[in-house]
Amino acid sequence: MKTEDNKTGRRNFLRTSGAALAGLGAVVGGTLLGEAVAGTDKGNNPESSSPVPGYDWKKHRWAYGIDATKCIGCLRCVKACKEENDVARDANHFRTWVERYVYLEGEEKPLVDSQADPQNIAAAGTEADYRFDNRYKDKKVTKSFFIPKMCNHCEHPACVQVCPVGATFKSEDGVVLIDHEYCIGCRYCIQACPYGARLFIEDMGVSDKCTWCYHRITKGLQPACVEVCPTHTRVFGDLNDASSPVSKFIRENRVQVLKPESGNAPMCFYVGLDKDVS
Amino acid sequence: MIEIAPFTGYVYPNETIIPWSVMIVIYPYLTGLVAGAFTVSSFYHVFGMQRFKPVARLALLTSLSVMLFVPTPLLLHLGHPERAMNSMLTPHLTSAFAMFGFFAAFYTVLLVMEVWFVFRADNVARALSSTGLKRFFYRAVTLWSDDLSPRARAIDANWLLTLAIVGIPSAHGLHGYIGFVYGSLKARMWWESDLMPVIFLFSAIVSGMALLMVLYVVTCRWRRVEIDQACLKGMMAALWGFLMFTVVLEGLEFANMVYKGKEGIDVIMEYVKGPLFIRYFVLQFGLGAIVPILTMSIMMARGTKGRALVIGSTFCALLVLMNVLLMRWNVVIGGQEISKTGKGILTYVLPFWGRESFVSAAALTLAPMGLLWILTRLFPPWVERPLAR
Repeated sequence: MKTEDNKTGRRNFLRTSGAALAGLGAVVGGTLLGEAVAGTDKGNNPESSSPVPGYDWKKHRWAYGIDATKCIGCLRCVKACKEENDVARDANHFRTWVERYVYLEGEEKPLVDSQADPQNIAAAGTEADYRFDNRYKDKKVTKSFFIPKMCNHCEHPACVQVCPVGATFKSEDGVVLIDHEYCIGCRYCIQACPYGARLFIEDMGVSDKCTWCYHRITKGLQPACVEVCPTHTRVFGDLNDASSPVSKFIRENRVQVLKPESGNAPMCFYVGLDKDVS
Repeated sequence: MIEIAPFTGYVYPNETIIPWSVMIVIYPYLTGLVAGAFTVSSFYHVFGMQRFKPVARLALLTSLSVMLFVPTPLLLHLGHPERAMNSMLTPHLTSAFAMFGFFAAFYTVLLVMEVWFVFRADNVARALSSTGLKRFFYRAVTLWSDDLSPRARAIDANWLLTLAIVGIPSAHGLHGYIGFVYGSLKARMWWESDLMPVIFLFSAIVSGMALLMVLYVVTCRWRRVEIDQACLKGMMAALWGFLMFTVVLEGLEFANMVYKGKEGIDVIMEYVKGPLFIRYFVLQFGLGAIVPILTMSIMMARGTKGRALVIGSTFCALLVLMNVLLMRWNVVIGGQEISKTGKGILTYVLPFWGRESFVSAAALTLAPMGLLWILTRLFPPWVERPLAR
């Protein structure tokens, strides 16, 4: 049944296909290798490696401090963040938010809410405005405090670990960023973040999060939330600079981080946390 | 349209949009069916268990039909499906998910090759006995080789054995790996478990076996062919064993979580006693596992045969298929309904219509059966036919 002809024909076919594939491989491989080499060259030159012209990301190590004892829950930070970063003005997308913990007399567990709570939205009148309502005015409150929350720009970020394409990465200056042009929108990073700090932009099909206002800090400005905070609850700065507000904050206080057991090693340092804050 | 999940207690504001939808329930379900069906085919093709011969080739076609649909729920879920190949072009190697494309592609090629070798002799015979377009099709499928000499058949057999042997760890590795995607996620207490990959793997085997039992019975009825009782009984015994093991593992995992009682266990207990009670304890464990285990135990003890065996085992298999689908749901959706705050519970809302909805999920679950129907018409896997191997 088998003939020499079809044997030879098949062999030729395989040989031709093999050569074609090898050729294609060489072209693709060559292009990738070229890019990889180009990338290495970039890496050796700090000026060109930085995503922002004129800013050397190897010279900074940004960190954030939150003195929760000073927070008054005014939510200007939330509003500033939404406006500065064009975050959806609804109750389900936040790069930063503030939690309110209230202990009522006779109760062991706190009542917790944030500005996204339906009652608070009702009090604000719109999802695009932010306020805490006065629901406890007739109650006996034994302890209460506010805790601002945001991306912790962790030293070992679980979100970066799980990204299947490397679209989210820790930059040289310690800020965890997302390349929206490369994100495939799988939302694995959202799952991996123990802090609920990541959100999904449905219209763009990509994940999003706080960047510590990267577009501002690389120009020597403060993140919008820090800039507008009236009580200096939020401080930001460069750990490489001993005189920066955050270096001073860490030096002068006994700071804590959220969920240290996660192993993510957050770079947002808190003063005034409580055992019930999670 | 954005589905907002209602919640009780306190949840992080961004959690109100559940990240992984019903598509991510369907995805491991389909992968599991692939691994399970492949296991059934291996009983005959690798281990030479003759009683599984009637379903061995059907199992292989089932595995292939389902595998070809495995990426579809993922693609429907991605915000940028057109960038999906980035995970293979520039895989980020620390991601537990970066290797999926490679594993899936490797396994698909392996399955196609195995199907090719298993059906080669039949296809050659079909090519020789047909004319026109049909002849061209089968000749193309055989890659224009019509060599059925004993030497060529021996080479086929060698390839088949090698592929099947490589296939077992590949199929099971693929599914265990998917369990790892969940089990390794430390941010969610409901998922973070060393047992998760093993549970996923065994429930996969169970689901594939159950599907094959149903398919075998249905196709025999359809074709008016007598059901091979020994084969069905063998599958039932295997299902019984694997199901028992799976249930014990799942029970152990839950017991571990409760007994350890780590931070956050309060909200988990509130969740399992509340929203999860019916779909976890009653439907998944009770109706989906205990009922079939008991029914199959009774049937095996009494040596049930004939019509009662067919009805009983098909009934059990259908319950097990429901069990595994619920297990996927309870893991994937359940994990996301327990807030990372440890202080609240969310409720996933399944839209009826849309890209990630009940309708699309149902369509994707049933679509492989449509493909299987086409494949069985092109490459009949039935052993009773004279063309069979």
